[in-house]
Amino acid sequence: MGEVIVITSGKGGVGKTTTSANLGAGLASLGDKVCLIDADIGLRNLDVVMGLENRIVYDLVDVTSGNCSFRKAMIKDKRFENLFLMPAAQTKDKTAVSPEQMRALTEEIKSEFDYVIIDCPAGIEQGFRNAISGANQAIVVTTPEVSAVRDADRIIGLLEKEDLREPKLVINRMRYQMVKHGDMMSIDDIIDILAVDLLGVVPDDEQVVISTNRGEMVVMNDSSRSGQAYRNIVRRIKGEDIPMMNLEEEGGFFRKLRQIIGLK
Amino acid sequence: MLDIINRLLGRESHSSRNVAKERLRLVLVHDRAGVSPELLQTLRVELIQVISNYMEIDEHSLEVSLDSSENQVALVANIPVKKMKRTVQTETA
Repeated sequence: MGEVIVITSGKGGVGKTTTSANLGAGLASLGDKVCLIDADIGLRNLDVVMGLENRIVYDLVDVTSGNCSFRKAMIKDKRFENLFLMPAAQTKDKTAVSPEQMRALTEEIKSEFDYVIIDCPAGIEQGFRNAISGANQAIVVTTPEVSAVRDADRIIGLLEKEDLREPKLVINRMRYQMVKHGDMMSIDDIIDILAVDLLGVVPDDEQVVISTNRGEMVVMNDSSRSGQAYRNIVRRIKGEDIPMMNLEEEGGFFRKLRQIIGLK
Repeated sequence: MLDIINRLLGRESHSSRNVAKERLRLVLVHDRAGVSPELLQTLRVELIQVISNYMEIDEHSLEVSLDSSENQVALVANIPVKKMKRTVQTETA
């Protein structure tokens, strides 16, 4: 019986879909059988982020309305032995699926997978209700901005009301240099405010944009810091005790670089 | 080094990081308590009415806000008193 993890945030644009794709790919690369569900009906994006947009035949609404089996709608990612995507419908809206249908679907899928990861839409309306209804764990994604942290706080409250207790936090697009200069909230600032457990911090990284442009996942990029951050998060999900990345590393490296340039 | 310069210039507490933290802290007190600004405004008006029965207060400098520390929310009212009244003027009096 697999774990069903919902990736949510409240606010849009903080990196839910990118996080979903990378955690899914990262878990699959470690040998787990993973199904990613795009619950953002009407605004599907997980397919393009993963580079699978040309292979969609059936979607989530086809499955919940009984047009086809979930196995038929799922797209197998050819790059990963164990990675599957259940795409969202693009022409319907969020009311095309009910929380009960989603619960029944995830119940069915999780019996055949190690992890079911649900990419939740932004907002707190029905799309959110649908996405969380079948989940037994939640990961909240935020960025170090007042709007994103405020929405994360609201979402954490709503998750707890729905009995998804102890959600884990991923802080995305962290810029350590800005924190150092007093221009961005630090990891500790955000954890203090939200009072939740930290699952990981992903540094702001151009490589994420570059990978996404190509329909690839940065978690497979061995030389990128964001890829390393995602790999660490994946191992923490699997229960390993991985220390947080050294924050001074980046500053140290650039400081050294600047010193070298300065000497020349 | 920059931190030290900032601290010397007294910029530390005004850094945008700290401003963000403080603003968030306050807005979340309201969000979590489910208290609307309108509700606080009504409370403020009624507080003035009641207190004015007993003392003369500076209505314009009166501050009513919610604050939080640890897991507790406190209602904090800062009410400057101009003059105490000698006799209590309640409606029954």
